Amino acid sequence: MTLVDPHPTGRAPRRAVWPGFRPQEPIPRRTYVRIVAGSSAVLLLVWCVLTYGGIVASLFLPSPTAVIRSGAQMAGDGTLLLNAEASLAVIITGWALAVIAGVPTGILMGSFKAVEALIEPVIDFVRYLPVSALIPLLILYIGIGPAEKVAVIFIGTFFQLVLLVADVAAHVPHEQLDVAYTLGASRGQVVRRVLVPATLPGVMDTLRITMGWAWTYLVVAELVSADRGLGFLILDSMRGLFTDRIFVGLAVIGGLGLCFDLLFKWLHRRLLPWSPKA
Amino acid sequence: MTPPKLSISDVSVTFRAKRGSEVLAIDRLSLDVADREFVSIVGPSGCGKSTLLRLAAGLVRPSSGEIRLDGRVVAEPGADRGMVFQSYTLFPWLSVQGNVEFGPRLRGVPEARCREVAARFIQMVGLTGFERAYPKELSGGMMQRVAIARALANDPEVLLMDEPFGALDAQTRVFMQELLLDIWQRTPKTILFVTHDIDEALLLGDRVYVMTARPGRLREEVVLDLPRPRTLEIESSEAFLEAKRRVLAIVREEAAQAIGQEVAGLR
Repeated sequence: MTLVDPHPTGRAPRRAVWPGFRPQEPIPRRTYVRIVAGSSAVLLLVWCVLTYGGIVASLFLPSPTAVIRSGAQMAGDGTLLLNAEASLAVIITGWALAVIAGVPTGILMGSFKAVEALIEPVIDFVRYLPVSALIPLLILYIGIGPAEKVAVIFIGTFFQLVLLVADVAAHVPHEQLDVAYTLGASRGQVVRRVLVPATLPGVMDTLRITMGWAWTYLVVAELVSADRGLGFLILDSMRGLFTDRIFVGLAVIGGLGLCFDLLFKWLHRRLLPWSPKA
Repeated sequence: MTPPKLSISDVSVTFRAKRGSEVLAIDRLSLDVADREFVSIVGPSGCGKSTLLRLAAGLVRPSSGEIRLDGRVVAEPGADRGMVFQSYTLFPWLSVQGNVEFGPRLRGVPEARCREVAARFIQMVGLTGFERAYPKELSGGMMQRVAIARALANDPEVLLMDEPFGALDAQTRVFMQELLLDIWQRTPKTILFVTHDIDEALLLGDRVYVMTARPGRLREEVVLDLPRPRTLEIESSEAFLEAKRRVLAIVREEAAQAIGQEVAGLR
C-alpha cells in the first residue's frame, strides 16, 4: 500500500490519503485480493473463537467442524441432492415460464405505447403485492404441490421482469431505429433486426437479476408448505434444533446462487461478445 | 433545365409543444438539389437544420408542402434516401462488415454480392482489416466512417448527412472532411449536408445555405465557384475567405436572434 498525496501544494503539506478511501479511485488488484482474504479470515476467526471458545452455545451457532461434518453426512445420504434437486426443478420451471412470457411482453410494452397503456396499470398494481401475500390464495387454487411453488416464482418474477425489460426496450436509441428505416427496413424488419437484438444485453442482465429474486420467493414458498426442497430442509432442521443442518442449507443456497450468477456472466460474455458489458 | 433530384417545396413543420401550444419549426421552406450536387446548410443551433434533413428522409412529416425525389412525392422513409447521423448509430451487435451489409441484406441481395459490396465500401473509407471488429472496439471517427460506408453501400439516390462529424475532435474532423471530399469526387452522389461548422460547409458544398433562427427558413444562398477537386488548401484562398466572411456575418446575426429567442422563452 502506497501513500500518495493527490494534491501536492507548495504550502502546508496535506495529509496523504490512502487511495482506498478516495471515492471511485482504483486500487491495485493485489491489494484488493488481500482485503478480501483478510475480511474472510476475520469472519472465520470470529466464528472459531465464538464456537470453540464456548462463548456461544452450539444450539445457536454450530462450530465450523460441526457444519462440515453434517454437510458431508447430508451429501452422503442423499438428503442434500434430493432437496437441492427439488428446489432447482421448481425454480428453473417457474423462472423459465416467467422469462418465456415476460420478455416478449416487456419488449412489446417498452416499444409500443398502446401495449404500455394496455398492461401497465395491471402490472403496476400486481407488482406491489408481495408474493408471500398471494401464497394462501395459490394454495387454495392449486394445492400445496410443486405447481403452487412454480406459480409463486412465476408471479414473483414475471411482473418485475416485464417492467425491467420494458425499460430496456424503451431505452433503445431512437436513432438506431431511424437509421434502419433510412436503410430501407420495414416496420417488421426494424423490430426483428434492430429492436430485439438491441435489447439483448439488458435482457441478459434482467434474467440474472430476476433469478436472484426467484431464490427468495422459492424459500418463502417452501417455508410455508413443502415436503422437500432447501427451504423445507432449513425449516425441518429447525424443528429438530439441528442448527448445523440449517447452516448447511444456507451454504448450499448461497453457493447455488453464486453459481447461477457466474453462469449468467459467462453466458453474457459468450453469447453477446459485442455487448459493452461483455 | 434538368429537373432537380431532390425538391423540397413550400414545406412547413409544426411541433406540438407542452400545454397544447404549437411551435413552428420550419416555415414554408423550399430547396432544390440537383443531381450529384453537394449542398451544405449552416445555421444556429435549434434552427431546424436536423428537422429539415429528417423531413427529407421521411422521418418527420411536413405539416404542409411536399418533398419530391426525381419528381415523385415521398412521404415515408426509404432506401433511396440514406442518412448519416451525428450520434453513433452503428448496430453494436453487428461487425463492421455486418453494419455495412445491413441495407443490401434487407433487400435480399445474395450473400456473395453483399460481401463484395461491403468490401468495396469498407476499403473506400479506409477500414480494410477491420471487417470483423465490433463497434465497441472502434474510435468515434472510425464509427462514423463505417456509418458513411453503410449509407453508401445501400446506393441511395440522395445522401443526407446530419452533422456527421459534429461529435469528433478537431483533427479527426479535418481528416473526415478530406475523406468525404475524396469519396464524393470519385463517386459523386447527391448530398444534403447539415453542419454548424462554416468552414466545413464551404469546403464541401457547391452551394451553401444559411438557415434562419426558428422558425427555420433559408435566408441566403452562397454559390461557391471554387475549383474541384478541392483540398484543404482552398480554405486559405481569397474566394473562400470572402465567402466565409459573408456567411459568418449572417450566421452571427441569426445566432444572436436565436439566443434572444431562447432567453425570451425562459422569461
